[in-house]
Parts: sequence; C-alpha cells; structure tokens
Amino acid sequence: MPKSKSAYSIPTKKQKSDTYIFVVWVDNEAGVLARVVGLFSGRGYNIESLAVAEVDAVKNISRITIVTTGTPQVIDQIRLQLTKLVPVHKVAEFKREDKDVIFKEMALFKVVGKRNKIEKCLNACKKFNPVILDETKSSAVIQITALRREIDVMNKKLKPLGLISTSRTGAVAMTRGAKIFN
Amino acid sequence: MPKLLTGAEIVFKCLEDQKVEHIFGYPGGAVLPIYDELKNHPSIKHILVRHEQGAGHAAEGYARSSGKPGVVLVTSGPGATNVVTALTDAYMDSVPLVCISGQVPTHLIGTDAFQECDTTGITRPCTKHNWLVKDINDLSKVMHEAFRVATTGRPGPVLIDIPKDIQFAKAKYKKPNKEKKLNGKSHNKFSQDQIDELVKLLSKAKKPIIYSGGGVINSGPKASQALREFVELTGFPITSTLQGLGAYPGDDNQFLGMLGMHGTYEANNAMHDCDLLINIGARFDDRITGKIDEFSPNSTKVHIDIDPSSINKIIKVDLAIVGDVTNVISKINKTIAKRKNGHSKSNKSNLAKWWEQIEKWREKDSLNFVNSDESIKPQHAVQRLYELTKNKDTYVTTEVGQHQMWAAQHYKFNKPNRWMTSGGLGTMGYGLPAAVGVQIAHPEKLVVDIAGEASVLMTMQEMSTAVQYNLPIKIFILNNQYMGMVRQWQELLHEKNYSESYSEALPDFMKMAEAYGCKGIKADNPAELDDKIQEMIDHDGPVIFDCHVDPNENCFPMIPSGKPHNQMILGPNDQEENKIKGKGKALV
Repeated sequence: MPKSKSAYSIPTKKQKSDTYIFVVWVDNEAGVLARVVGLFSGRGYNIESLAVAEVDAVKNISRITIVTTGTPQVIDQIRLQLTKLVPVHKVAEFKREDKDVIFKEMALFKVVGKRNKIEKCLNACKKFNPVILDETKSSAVIQITALRREIDVMNKKLKPLGLISTSRTGAVAMTRGAKIFN
Repeated sequence: MPKLLTGAEIVFKCLEDQKVEHIFGYPGGAVLPIYDELKNHPSIKHILVRHEQGAGHAAEGYARSSGKPGVVLVTSGPGATNVVTALTDAYMDSVPLVCISGQVPTHLIGTDAFQECDTTGITRPCTKHNWLVKDINDLSKVMHEAFRVATTGRPGPVLIDIPKDIQFAKAKYKKPNKEKKLNGKSHNKFSQDQIDELVKLLSKAKKPIIYSGGGVINSGPKASQALREFVELTGFPITSTLQGLGAYPGDDNQFLGMLGMHGTYEANNAMHDCDLLINIGARFDDRITGKIDEFSPNSTKVHIDIDPSSINKIIKVDLAIVGDVTNVISKINKTIAKRKNGHSKSNKSNLAKWWEQIEKWREKDSLNFVNSDESIKPQHAVQRLYELTKNKDTYVTTEVGQHQMWAAQHYKFNKPNRWMTSGGLGTMGYGLPAAVGVQIAHPEKLVVDIAGEASVLMTMQEMSTAVQYNLPIKIFILNNQYMGMVRQWQELLHEKNYSESYSEALPDFMKMAEAYGCKGIKADNPAELDDKIQEMIDHDGPVIFDCHVDPNENCFPMIPSGKPHNQMILGPNDQEENKIKGKGKALV
C-alpha cells in the first residue's frame, strides 16, 4: 500500500459491487433532477443510466429511474439519502437480476446503405421488436426495445452493416404481475 | 377581501409568526426592499455583522445555545457566496438555520446580471433544502415550509432565494398550517420490541459503554435529562463526542471524558474493549472511530439516531433504533423501571470488574501535561479559565485547532447548549461570530470564545459587531504564534518541516482591541494568569485576551493513525516509546 501522509484513514478492503435499479417518485419542480443527480455525484455514487419524465400531470409527479452500481452498504445509503430529499415521495430499488421486475431500454439506429444491408439489420434486430420509423432509398431509422447489454451487442453488430448513429434511453422499470413498487 | 402585502412584508409576517426575534445580516442591492420593511417590525431585531460568514456563524451560535433556529439575511451574489461556509458548517453539525438571500429580479436571472449568482445551485449540496421563489403567491408557504424543514428531524440549514421583484410584488399572506399529525413522515420509527431487545442487552452486558453525541443536545434539554437518568439507572460508563459535551455532566464519575482522536485513554480503551456499545445521537465520525476494521471489535453495537441514513453508514450495527433521542431514552428508562419493579435485579454488580479496569486506565491520567513556572501552558490556561468561570453558567465557543481540543479536554460542561464548536467542517473563524450570536441569545450570561490566534484572525472583523451592540464577549486567545494543529502534524508526520505554519507578522492584539474600541488584556506569565482572567471576567464589555502560551506544546493524548483505539500515544513521558512510523502516518 502506498504511504500517504494525510489526515485521513487509508481505504480498507472493498466489498463486491452489484448493479441496482432505483425508481424514485419526485415532485416535478425546478431543480429536482439536479438534487437527485447532485446527491449521486456529491457522494461519489455512480450513475450508469438515467430516465426521467412526468408520470402524473395532476399530482405533478415525475418518475426517475437510475441504474447504479455499489456495495450493499452504498446501495442502502443511496436509498436512505434519496428518501431524505424534500421533493422525494418514495424510493424503490431492486437488483438487476430480480426476476419480478422488467426493465427495458429503447434505442434508435440510423443505418445508411443499400437495401439488402438494411434488410439484414432488420433481421438482426428481429428479437427486439424492430419498428421502422423512417425510410428512404438509402437509409432507415430502426427502433428497438431491449436490455442494455442486448443493445450493446446490436450496436456492435450493426456497425459493419451501415449503422452511423445510435441514440438510446436509460432503462425504465416495472414490476411483473398485479403488484406495484411499494 | 384580505389585504395584499408586498413580498418584503410577507417575509416579516412569516418571521413574526415563526416567533423570530433576531436576524443576523448585511444589506445589499438585492435585499433593500426587505431592509426597508425592517423599521415596521419592532419585535424583530437586526444584528448588523461585518461579513456574511459572520452572520452565518452568529446565527449558528444563537441556534445552538438557544435551541431556536438562527435566521440570516444576505444580499445576492457575494452576500450569498460568503455565507456558504457557514451553511456548510451548519449542515455538517446539524444546526437549524434559515437563510434568506436576495436575488436579482426574475427577468434578469440567467443573464449574468450585476451581483447575480446561482445561489440555489451553489447551496444545494450544503442545505437540507432550498427554494428560489419565482411567484409571489408561493412566498408565505415556502417561508413556513423552510422553518419546518430546518427544525424538524435532524436539524440543518435551509435557504430561500427571493428575487428583488418578488420582494415588491403583492399577494395575500397565508398563516402557517397547524402542525399536521405525523403525515407519514414521523421521525420516531421504533417499536417497543426494539426497546425490549435493548433492555435485554443492557441486562446481559458485562463491559458496556454509552457513547453519546450532538443528537442528544439537538433533541433538547429533556434528552439530557433522560440520558442522565439512563446512565444512573444502568450504572454504565459514558463517553461523549466533541459535539455531545454537556449532555452529561463533565465532572461526574461515570463520565470518562471525550473519546476519539484526542479523547481520553480510558474512553478510547473502553470503546475498544467493550462488549456492548450504545451510540446515542452520534454518527461514527472518522475522528471518533480511528481505523474502521479494528473499531470496537468485540462489541454488540446499538445505534439510536433520528436520521435513518446515519445507520450503518460507517459502522454496521446490530440494533438500530430510529427516533428522537428524548422519546427513545424515555421509553428505555420506563421499560427498565418497569422491569425493576418486577423481580429482575440490576446488573450493576456485573459491572464491578469493568469499572475496576476503567479505573486502571484512568490512573494513566492521560490529560496530564508538564506544567511550567516560566511559560503559560495552554492546557493550564484552559484549566484556570474553567476554575474561575465554572460557577457562572458560562457559554463557551471555540475556533478550530489545538486550542479547541484543549478546551474540549479541560473545560468541563455540566449543561447542554453551553458548548459551541465547529466539529464536522472544522471551520477556523467560527468561534468569534458564534460568541456574538450566543451573547445575543443570552445577554446576561458570560460568553467566552476560547480561540487560537490564527483562527480568530479569520473573522476578527466581527469584534466591531460586538462593540456596536455592546456584547461583552470574551475572546480568550491561546496565542502560540503557530497554526498549532498544523504544526503538530508537521512535527509528528513531516519531519518537523514547519511549512507555512508559523505566522510571521501577527498583529498586536492589545492595539487591535484598542482600535476596535474594546478592552485588551495580555498575559505571558503563569503567575499573573489568574488575576488577568479575573479582570477579563469582571470587565463589563467585550475583551480581547492575548494569552501568550508555550509555542511548542502538543495536544495529547492522541490516536496515531492506522491505529485502533487501544494504541494511543500519551503525553511527553510516554512518547519516546511510541513513535509514529510507517503506515500509521496516513491516518493522523
């Protein structure tokens, strides 16, 4: 361990990190996203992806979905710190591996090339509900919904087939069955 | 139809309804409408500081000594940025502050207008919450909400940014809502089962210790009362963090003194060897725990705190009780009393061995120091100050550094809210303005700032405030010409390379006192110390006391770094054997 002459302790052994998804219900007001994101950056937590939009126009509630990694202790802290923010109503979190929760991302691929290449692209995307949003003789915009790693794979796969631009959202999440996040 | 009021009038209406009596502030362009309104509200007194940081610390001193929220009023831009240090300090030490800042008119926001800054952006991470009021109809609601957020749960600072046009605009005033009954966010989240579990642990413990913190003070005087009953009922030893001093009487035999980096030998060893650790309103700060892996390795740990995010943040605990300290301890006391009326006997007899061990540690007399006839030892100066002021219900503030630790070690507090010091943020320059605030809250009491000469120079300008309002604060400077704590670390860790820690050109504090229009007293001889301190106490007015002390004195005992609680270095006699070396250097 390198010798350091500081007023603080040296870091001790690290626990294993896991990926978690946080769902946060907040008042849709000015600065609320900055508060949530600032909490993550200020305390050194990590954000892998972020999705946010108003979900209840009457009650003025937005739903933020954040994918993050951390040790169990850090994940606990994130939940407790989020809960303390004044505009936050409720916080739910679950592991990425959780079978009771669905989560999805959307991606838009712009492919430029001959017809047969575009066909090949569509074919490759088959599993992920491809929708053609725009089409010309030499280009197409394809929308898919999938998991993060699946989109990563497709992103790589489509490159040689003429993919020139990718735009993707953060993950959004929903529980399976009749129950909702508590 | 109800009368329409201007924003400025609404601000004062809210302050009146929140029973605010004092505000600390400094005028400027963007708050002039509010200052203009001040004259119409005789129940609210404005204290004009000399720098906005001073306003913040004064409000902190006011809040901590009175239990009421401190209110700060500053202008936009530099006014707001100057108060950021004080807001951060209050955030770290959980002090309720309500800061009102002026802002440029709404149509100029975002244009880099004169004295514009993104105040809510800058203060977002150092407040519990903040608001930019863009609609006059929101103002009264936001003001009342601000007081609620600042004072409930774990207290802290909040900020309300009010653009100048909103201060002129008119709206109806809304009174604060009657306290809604526990709207789902109650702060007490504990159950009788948890209390029962704790009481069971209490009865089984052979080597218990109570570790109490600032949460006991924040919970109010009743919490200190309950804590005292609890300690008496159980017969357990108790130690305290820096912020918790005063919650339990400092001169009681069950009190082991402060713990942590500069805590006593007995407190730290008891923390290390205990089998039951009960944390009441403290947060396992890194100055307390030392090396985390070896922190109190064999104990069952209980944590009582109002803030759920404090639980398991640093140290994993076995039993967490989330609630207001007053409610939790009263519940525990009742439960113990009930059991005692039954048959189970107290376990005080189980503790005899533990107390024997503690007495052995006590014999080390870890706060001792080699006194001198020639130069004033800083510890001696604090001890004399304590002896000469202990019968006066004295309020003590400090700056940050060696003098702060000596004050914590040698000045014994018997009541809560008598000790105001910057612990979390460690803000040099805190003590003098804090003393101003304390004196405003307690005009008849003796208020002493135990200071270092380097710290006090950071906010010295507030002497002018003290003189203006004839606040008889006593600035007791332990002048060793060094940034003493920096020098101590350099001596122990950096081969005595005293890089920039010596102040070459200190001002003459006597002349400074004269210039400010207050009394100056100087002492450099132990023989004259008592008389001079007495002279300071007797003087009816602000005093700057320049106490020349031994410049080379270090603050001991000390947990050298990389070491757990049971490996402290004691005073000069013990030092030769325990030099800090290697990895340990990183942790001081």
